[in-house]
Amino acid sequence: MSVTTRLAVFGAALALVATSGSAAFAQKKYDTGATDTEIKIGNIMPYSGPASAYGIIGRTEAAYFKKINDAGGVNGRKINFISYDDAYSPPKAVEQARKLVESDEVLLIFNSLGTPSNSAIQKYMNSKKVPQLFVATGATKWNDPKDFPWTMGWQPNYQSETQIYAKYILKNMPNAKIAVLFQNDDYGKDYLKGLKDGLGQKAASMIVAEESFETSQPTIDSNIVKLKASNADVFIDIATPKFAAQAIKKVAEIGWKPTHFLNNVSASVGSVIKPAGFENAQDIISAAYLKDASDKQWDNDPGMKEFYAFMAKDFPEGDKLDGGTVVGFGVAQTLVQVLKQCGDNLTRENIMKQAASLQDFRTEVLLPGIKINTAANDFAPISQLQLMKFKGEKWELFGDVISADVGG
Amino acid sequence: MSAAEEIVTEAPAVEAVPKRAMTLGYGTSLVVLAALILIPLFVKNFIIFQMTMLLIYALAVMALNILTGGSGQFSLGQSAFYAVGAYTSAILMEHAGMNYALTLPIAGIVCFGFGFLFGQPALRLSGVYLALATFALATAMPQLLKLGYFEHWTGGVQGLVVTKPDAPFGLPMSQDMWLYYFTLAVSIGIYLASVNLLRSRSGRAFMAIRDNEIAASAMGVDVALYKTLAFGVSAGITGVAGGLGAIAVQFVAPDGYTIQLAISLFLGMVVGGVGWLPGSIVGSAFIIFVPNIAEGISKGLSGAVFGVLLFLVIFLVPHGARQIAIIAQQLAAKFKKN
Repeated sequence: MSVTTRLAVFGAALALVATSGSAAFAQKKYDTGATDTEIKIGNIMPYSGPASAYGIIGRTEAAYFKKINDAGGVNGRKINFISYDDAYSPPKAVEQARKLVESDEVLLIFNSLGTPSNSAIQKYMNSKKVPQLFVATGATKWNDPKDFPWTMGWQPNYQSETQIYAKYILKNMPNAKIAVLFQNDDYGKDYLKGLKDGLGQKAASMIVAEESFETSQPTIDSNIVKLKASNADVFIDIATPKFAAQAIKKVAEIGWKPTHFLNNVSASVGSVIKPAGFENAQDIISAAYLKDASDKQWDNDPGMKEFYAFMAKDFPEGDKLDGGTVVGFGVAQTLVQVLKQCGDNLTRENIMKQAASLQDFRTEVLLPGIKINTAANDFAPISQLQLMKFKGEKWELFGDVISADVGG
Repeated sequence: MSAAEEIVTEAPAVEAVPKRAMTLGYGTSLVVLAALILIPLFVKNFIIFQMTMLLIYALAVMALNILTGGSGQFSLGQSAFYAVGAYTSAILMEHAGMNYALTLPIAGIVCFGFGFLFGQPALRLSGVYLALATFALATAMPQLLKLGYFEHWTGGVQGLVVTKPDAPFGLPMSQDMWLYYFTLAVSIGIYLASVNLLRSRSGRAFMAIRDNEIAASAMGVDVALYKTLAFGVSAGITGVAGGLGAIAVQFVAPDGYTIQLAISLFLGMVVGGVGWLPGSIVGSAFIIFVPNIAEGISKGLSGAVFGVLLFLVIFLVPHGARQIAIIAQQLAAKFKKN
């Protein structure tokens, strides 16, 4: 081949590259953190500190994205999942969020955990216009697209859950006398507000006793005794696992027999009901949105089988009975769906647009009938729950899937 | 055994540090200062933010250093003063619409008062007992901030979001850079004041109390006054650091000021060298960056890795950065001789 022909071939090749390149430019759109080969996703988890038990969620997500990458990624792009520890401390969360956005240059921050940590970074994320997507907290304030268009929750918020209990009580026990035990923090107060809003005008007459407790208290026995003295016949138990187990035990011990509503946060059979004793927990009512891995009825469920296969193959060191792994799996699937919908338009704006246009999306770890729906004015992906009653050694679902959408 | 005898036989809580050894030489100070002024011009905003936090924690560590290194009193309650300062600034800025710069002296004064008052009962305690009393203060503070009675002001558990100030006079500077230089100016001011305080009559009184309380009172030092004064000064500086921290982080919440913070500050002081003020910045760097390094080594075992690193530091250089500085000085002197 002469030099001239070589040059000609080279020139032609160059022209071809240039035209295909410009064609690609026309359809592909990227913001910082996304390229033809990679999508950078940031995450903040309490791997250390008081809430380190939740760290399992981040580890599950990392394992899930690795599985997705091994299978070719999302639309040909690999997910680069960068997860940092904030030890559940808000100032540290701010530092890590800034590191992710400004130093690692991620496309978005996904499933950062904890109400205080997310509150601390919310303003920053919204001023930088970087998505703070599917935050791992049940606070109601994440559903506020008007003031915070770059922040979105995932799990049903606390207020929806107690609203559902309120609906049930008004329908089935209109003359109930209600005693409420709640943890004295934003989580407890959010639940309490949902209950009062749900009961509406009857709240003042129906709630006969309210007792709050601090997480630093060693036991809540005295609170339970006080609540019993109010002669209530409905007990609403808003407590994290350790205290919920104490409450179930104490209620049985002092022979109080109210209709016991237990918040979903503490509905785990393994970490709450079993330590409290199955015999003490009969007929407790709670609500759920995810399938419980310790529940035998899902053993042959295709969705849960997929989850078990994932746990066995990709995350063998994780405990499938820990509720955190199911959550991590489900929320990671939701993100992958959003990224798929984005196609080649991986701008931050489009991420939020696609996240806000999920329609009847299901990850198969959700209970049958529960669907993820979002819209430009609805930033609460999961807002349905189903009631369940504890029978024998497991939860039995009953009634229909109930919706309650609450804005922040 | 009488109380007096007990004090006499008790080993001194802190090794005596002569006052000249508490500061850096002029040359070194200028180099450090130049670095602190120039570096932000060449780095990303995120690094500037980290450097701002470095200065803020350095102030808080230095405040503890004045208390422990200067007057020989222990405190595990610095997080409480830091929280009071942070909340004072945040509340004044968000509820009263006050300028951020004006809130800092107020935060300092409020904390000085708070620390001075706390110093009164603390007078009866010393050594580990004092450490425990202040520990109680640190554990109580997050819950006090959550109290429903103050909720209207403090925002309860939700905390308060603080607006970050823009650079004034239309200076072409990012918010982060402006805040950094502002923090730097405040820090230098407080550092110089602290150095002068320790060189003054009051500083000598602090150190006399640290080295031997009975001898100090025999010389006419009002032990009670100076002990509480040391508490007040330390709390006041910590309060200013807290206020700056609230502005830099743009958020205050009770969970940000747990006993963990107090322990971190204590750690920073030990790593920096007890009684050596310039070490505060080294200690502050340790508590900010070493957890990140530990996390980089192993995510699951970050706490354990941090523990190992801390153990190595305490084992190899028990006097912290001060010891390294002394060794460096000796090496330099040897080098000159040759």
